[in-house]
Amino acid sequence: MSDLNYKVIIGLEIHVQLATQSKLFCACPNRFGDEPNSNVCPVCMGSPGTLPVMNKKAYEFAVRTAMAMNCEIARYTKWDRKSYYYPDLPKNYQISQYDLPLSQNGNIEITVAGEQKKIRIRRIHLEEDAGKLLHEGNVGFSQVDLNRTGTPLMEIVTEPDLSTPEEARVFGTELRTLVRTLGVSEANMQQGQMRLEPNINLVITKDGKQYKTPIAEVKNLGSLRALERACAYEIQRQLADWEKTGVTMETGFKSTRGWDEQTGTTVLQREKEEAEDYRYFPDPDLVPVVVEKDWLDAIRKSLPELPIARRARFQTQFCFSEKDATTLVEDRATADLFEQALSLGAPVKVLCNHFISFWAMHANQRGVSIAELGVSAPRMASLAKLVGDNKINNTTAAALAEKLLTCPDDPADIAQRENLMQVSDASSLEKILDEILIANAKAVEDARTPGKKQQKAFGFILGQVMQKTRGQANPQVVNQLLQKKLAEKN
Amino acid sequence: MQITQLTAFDLLDQIKKRQLTARDAVEAFLKQIDKHEKTIGALITVLPEYARERADQIDQMLADGRDAGPLAGLPIIIKDNLCTQFAKTTCASKILIDYQPPYNAHVVEQLEKAGAIIIAKANLDEFAMGSSTENSGIKTTRNPWSTDCVPGGSSGGSAAAVAARMAPVSLGTDTGGSIRLPAAFCGISGLKPTYGRVSRYGLVAYGSSLDQIGPLGADARDIALVMNVISGHDARDTTSVPESISPKPDYLTKLDTPLKGLRIGIVKEYQSSDGIDPQIVAAIDQATKLYEQMGAQLVEVSLPHTQYAVACYYLVATAEASSNLARYDGVHFGYRTPNPEDYIDVYSSSRAEGFGDEVKRRIMLGTYALSAGYYDAYYLKALKVRMMIRQDFEKAFEQADIICAPVAPTTAFRVGEKTSDPLTMYLSDIFTISANLAGIPGISIPAGFSRDSLPIGLQLLGNYFDESTILQAAWQYQQHTDFHRQIPAGFIEQ
Amino acid sequence: MSNEISEAQVRHVAKLSRLKLTDEQINLYTRQLGAILEYIKKLNELDTTGVEPMAHVAPLRNVLRDDIAGTGMGIDKVLQNAPDSDPPFFKVPRVLEDSSGA
Repeated sequence: MSDLNYKVIIGLEIHVQLATQSKLFCACPNRFGDEPNSNVCPVCMGSPGTLPVMNKKAYEFAVRTAMAMNCEIARYTKWDRKSYYYPDLPKNYQISQYDLPLSQNGNIEITVAGEQKKIRIRRIHLEEDAGKLLHEGNVGFSQVDLNRTGTPLMEIVTEPDLSTPEEARVFGTELRTLVRTLGVSEANMQQGQMRLEPNINLVITKDGKQYKTPIAEVKNLGSLRALERACAYEIQRQLADWEKTGVTMETGFKSTRGWDEQTGTTVLQREKEEAEDYRYFPDPDLVPVVVEKDWLDAIRKSLPELPIARRARFQTQFCFSEKDATTLVEDRATADLFEQALSLGAPVKVLCNHFISFWAMHANQRGVSIAELGVSAPRMASLAKLVGDNKINNTTAAALAEKLLTCPDDPADIAQRENLMQVSDASSLEKILDEILIANAKAVEDARTPGKKQQKAFGFILGQVMQKTRGQANPQVVNQLLQKKLAEKN
Repeated sequence: MQITQLTAFDLLDQIKKRQLTARDAVEAFLKQIDKHEKTIGALITVLPEYARERADQIDQMLADGRDAGPLAGLPIIIKDNLCTQFAKTTCASKILIDYQPPYNAHVVEQLEKAGAIIIAKANLDEFAMGSSTENSGIKTTRNPWSTDCVPGGSSGGSAAAVAARMAPVSLGTDTGGSIRLPAAFCGISGLKPTYGRVSRYGLVAYGSSLDQIGPLGADARDIALVMNVISGHDARDTTSVPESISPKPDYLTKLDTPLKGLRIGIVKEYQSSDGIDPQIVAAIDQATKLYEQMGAQLVEVSLPHTQYAVACYYLVATAEASSNLARYDGVHFGYRTPNPEDYIDVYSSSRAEGFGDEVKRRIMLGTYALSAGYYDAYYLKALKVRMMIRQDFEKAFEQADIICAPVAPTTAFRVGEKTSDPLTMYLSDIFTISANLAGIPGISIPAGFSRDSLPIGLQLLGNYFDESTILQAAWQYQQHTDFHRQIPAGFIEQ
Repeated sequence: MSNEISEAQVRHVAKLSRLKLTDEQINLYTRQLGAILEYIKKLNELDTTGVEPMAHVAPLRNVLRDDIAGTGMGIDKVLQNAPDSDPPFFKVPRVLEDSSGA
């Protein structure tokens, strides 16, 4: 084996569907899952004579995102037509932004294995989405559904600053968290609300010479895991291809490849000899947008706390680990739920514990976010307060949490009703303790004698009390009582 | 006077006074259509049932003493590139031969709200691309003044129909002269409003930054009547100008104001234009002399870049057209080739079979102008020249209130005379195109007849949103002339 | 005969325009487009350095609408002019997956 090493170069092109009520250039509903072709009007189906009118909210959403990514916001932008023929694009041109995108030159910080890295954002622009083609089960024909046609799409292009598949995944996660926090998209990847297309190639150094492999663009990635796997696969494939054929950027063509989830491989779709000729030109039907300072200020003022800041705050203020803070902040609604419960008086330590233990567990089991479990902030707060006030212990809290998922009542009511409240009443506990002390003379003896068995025996007696009270005894009260008893008889 | 010879203004007056019903009016014009359509070929669709039903509704409203609108009972013909839910909209193209729009154009809504009755849809050059209406994929329209001649284009059907008195007024569209040229060839009046004055919503686009809808009629007053109804802001067209920028006037109010002191610009460069028929030059001279007698003041203005207008136009308009017409692909609406090999063939064969030669030629020219490597040299260059042409007008309008010019270098030419040479045909628009590039309004009015008894047109160009002044100048001219009252022989009811 | 545009270029442009043309048509259009482009060369006489390109006529800016959703026009109307349909879908000969330009 000769001296060979390589560097991975990955850039991402991300399409994010914006969560507006209506489409980008007409009033049709922007909604996923409706009956095919039910959200279509003369404008979005490109009926002759129709004209587009720009959705203000979509513009603001894109500007919000650009601001959160530290981009420069263009004062003047225009709309361009991008021409290509495809049956899901009824006008056969897409309204997009070519040479004057609404923002450029930003960055996002990501943390991979404890290391921080800035990923530069080349540009963010708005465009209209295309419809959908269905091929499944049809022999010889395809079906066209235009419901998605004309819905607002934000395109984000990074510089090729990512150098491992993991970085790509982390970037994708960060971006998803960001757009969710900003409230501009639900970014549900299964529904195609966030679509990532990596451009990958390698710079191989062998015997002091450099070789660049042809760039491959991978499409159809349905998850962040698929993104990571596809990048990893491409690295190996490009390396193997180069070793076998010696193909480089200069001798080979840029290719588009599809991701096959089943086989975990990418499949060649087409090779481009020359760049596509999209014949961009300014759309004469849409007037330019000039962003005045007042408008920008209003948008900036409406920005929520960004994930990176919130994550840091969750770590310092609430003592979450980096991992837990990341998980919590990933879903804005969950992080909001946490803070809401906190504001309702939940003790912070207990609430943190609940979120990272049983709430996270239940959410994971159901494949939803904690916010989607259906347990409201007041009920979560109430549960945490019961623990904080020593009315129940954490074991009972976990059991109650499970009940809260199906029962709409307040946890305090359930605990009361089902007799789960902690026993803190010293006299009744003393009675139980006395019975146990009599029945376990040997352990009492050990607990009184300083030495290695003392601690164990003490714990054993405590455990017996908890067992007898089915976990409802207040451990602190029992602890005090026991210490008193052991000292008394001495 | 017979009903079909009445101006829109007089007809409306008689209906308002209940001397005439809307139904009478509709029947008279339908009869005229019946009688002459075979010779003229002005119309693609005639709507007798629809028109009668509308007329009866309006008569009922009037009988009930309700307000039926300012154009109550007025029969009108509209160009077949304006969308109607109640009638096919073909654009005179095989590709849209059975196309039924799912909505009405803004101007159609406005007309119907005002009580006008759309009785037919007029022939045009396919997708409004042409200067003679010979590019229609459906039929050839003949000029009522001489059926050997073209009516001009692309609103040839709309112009010929009014000249043949099939309707008192019509709507056309003007992208490079398509209202003014046929108005001149057919001896009637036709206005292209300022870009943004009339909503384009529902006008099937050809060159989106140039297209405007406008009225054609016997005289300036009839045009003003229709302008009052079709102009104004429409939120569905973002290039439509809001009231806050330019309030919509009542176009009738200024018509009778005398022209004393009006500064009329005479274009220096047009004085020495080669290839212009001397009879036209003489007619324009006569007209300017008349204006002077009426108290207007003649000033010389310079439009140095208008000689580049045709070249500029054929890049801008075709580039936009190549994109606007991409949607006719045989997938979602319109003609599809009967046996496509595959989905790509649905596109290329449907388009090849559905579009006529001139449309294909312009799509290709526009595609070429926008294609990689040529954009800067052609399209971008044209946009810059367009700016220079606009600046010419801005300067000229500092010195003059309106500009007086020919409409075309010739009178109506013979059918087939120019079809083999597209470039020669394009040069018919040499005097009209620059108004579209700049976006200013222009009107064509009858100003005489040639030795062959063919009408000669006079063009008055106005400043942005100043349709009122050119309408006033046109109307005042028409108070001293009677060219606009002439109806070609054979079209006067006996 | 002008050489402003070659036959190969006309073929390429016809392909970009999705127009299936016969050799005869290609030949004719090469001549006609050549003549028109020859005429258009006239524009090169003008020095346009520093001139702002004019893409729009009216000096309008920021014509935006509020984000309020209405409803679609109904599937029947959507498919009313379709050359071929398989309700509620439009129907086309099978499209090769992912050969779009997007």
